[in-house]
Amino acid sequence: MAGLADLTLAEARDGLRNKDFSALELAEAEITAVEAARGLNAFITETPERALAQAQRSDARLAKGEGLALDGLPLAIKDLFCTEGTLTTAASHILDGFTPRYESTVTAKLWAAGAVMLGKTNLDEFAMGSSSTQSHYGPVENPWRQAGEDRPLVPGGSSGGSAAAVAARAGLGATGTDTGGSIRQPASFCGVVGMKPTYGRCSRFGIVAFASSLDQAGPFARTVRDCAILLGAMAGYDPRDSTSADVEVPDFEAALSGDVRGLKVGIPDEYRVDGMGGEIEKLWRQGIDWLEGAGAETVEISLPHTRYALPCYYILAPAEASANLARYDGVRYGLRVPGDSIDEMYENTRAEGFGQEVKRRVLIGTYVLSAGYYDAYYLKAQRVRTLISRDFTEAFEKADVILTPTTPSAAFAVGEKMDDPIAMYLNDVFTVPASLAGLPGISLPAGLSDAGLPLGLQLIGRAFDEETVLRTAGVLEDAAAFDARPGRGVGE
Amino acid sequence: MSLDKATVAKIARLARIKVPDDDLAALAGELSNILDWIEQLNEVDTRDVPPMTHVAAMKLKWRQDEVTGAAPRDDVIANAPEERDGFFTVPKVLE
Repeated sequence: MAGLADLTLAEARDGLRNKDFSALELAEAEITAVEAARGLNAFITETPERALAQAQRSDARLAKGEGLALDGLPLAIKDLFCTEGTLTTAASHILDGFTPRYESTVTAKLWAAGAVMLGKTNLDEFAMGSSSTQSHYGPVENPWRQAGEDRPLVPGGSSGGSAAAVAARAGLGATGTDTGGSIRQPASFCGVVGMKPTYGRCSRFGIVAFASSLDQAGPFARTVRDCAILLGAMAGYDPRDSTSADVEVPDFEAALSGDVRGLKVGIPDEYRVDGMGGEIEKLWRQGIDWLEGAGAETVEISLPHTRYALPCYYILAPAEASANLARYDGVRYGLRVPGDSIDEMYENTRAEGFGQEVKRRVLIGTYVLSAGYYDAYYLKAQRVRTLISRDFTEAFEKADVILTPTTPSAAFAVGEKMDDPIAMYLNDVFTVPASLAGLPGISLPAGLSDAGLPLGLQLIGRAFDEETVLRTAGVLEDAAAFDARPGRGVGE
Repeated sequence: MSLDKATVAKIARLARIKVPDDDLAALAGELSNILDWIEQLNEVDTRDVPPMTHVAAMKLKWRQDEVTGAAPRDDVIANAPEERDGFFTVPKVLE
């Protein structure tokens, strides 16, 4: 059944409903595609038996005309979502062997909608990173290569395994989580669509916590429509997450009207940063032209505190992480390294169990929260966060949606920026501000760099206005007509 | 902000992460670089700006004060690296 893995999620859904093929055939094609993409190291755990069993149940429902919203559609799940009975690692040594006895709310909703699990995807340890190289299970490779070169490139991060899998046609879609750009940046690097919804839109219950005031789940797929379909199934109020928003989940797919006439699109001057490639600037200009061509109106806006978003984030996220990661103590789950006293056991376990970047962030977080420094760092960052959020509130008085590049560059080589944490952090310069403000953002592939790598454009919307973001993204997607394909890891 | 080795050793102790003495100097350099970069926040005037503790102006929900979602003991203990008689175990903490 060659070709089935190449369908979009919406096409596969319609094909299943029309009985053009069965869910089992689709699952088999996707399992083959996952195997063909193994060189990318996109998956930590493959779950083919489970996929086949779920597909058979989907076929039974579809045969009776009782198909569910996502019935029979194979997805990849970031290995940060707890999945009952399936190893969940967060790409950390410290969670060795952890097999949850419960299911995250987001994945439970996907299975309840009939989706099929292909496996758990690789990531930066505890979602801390922008390259998916900081994994206990080894780096993920981007299926894209620079024209004429075979040097492995990073897929971005932290949801790099999910982005690479979707780009390599190993999954019709995938879940990710985004704390400072961990869905949008890898989507941009891998030439796929990735959406971070409004903070509170999806439940965080059962997602391994990194920075709880920022973490948010969202979908990856190859089209905007597919992302809209997935988000509809993932979103919704959950009493088990106290920050989950009790707001109605709209029909996101129905928002894709293709009509942006009269829409006000904000262009923030502060996103023209030093070191941004000329090709990024050109793509941004192209995006503006596309939207104006479709009848939207662009307006200059100002987000004056943009440059402080990254340093603000690198106080708040490590501070929250240092608290969240205190639970890894060698007692309740995962790795345990013996010691003579309980404190020594804790120290040995955490020294061996955490990787370099995780340790760095836990230490920074511990420091900024420690006595004498709390006001100077943590409280200061919380105040700056207020200003960043206000910038957006004021901008949205003039604009309905904001258009920016997703990243300041295309994908870089595996091994680059590894010895310079700050250079790595700068990857997220365009994605972190919306995270701090809790706003929905999407990245969609809009063109290729001079070296032949995908480049993304980002749209940011008002809180709980994913519909405008998706509608605008749909129009950009049509105009960009991005149909380039990666060369590696894609089964023919 | 330049961190010295003693400060890094103290933070590592607070975070319960063993850091060998030989690694302290390099780590102090790395962390100091990050803190120097973070300190550009001091340029921002935040007088009279309240700290943001939640992104949405949302009230936390109330619920009935009832026991909910208590997991069975076998589930709680299932992933423990060491257990005895249905309990977690730790190195001896009392002499």
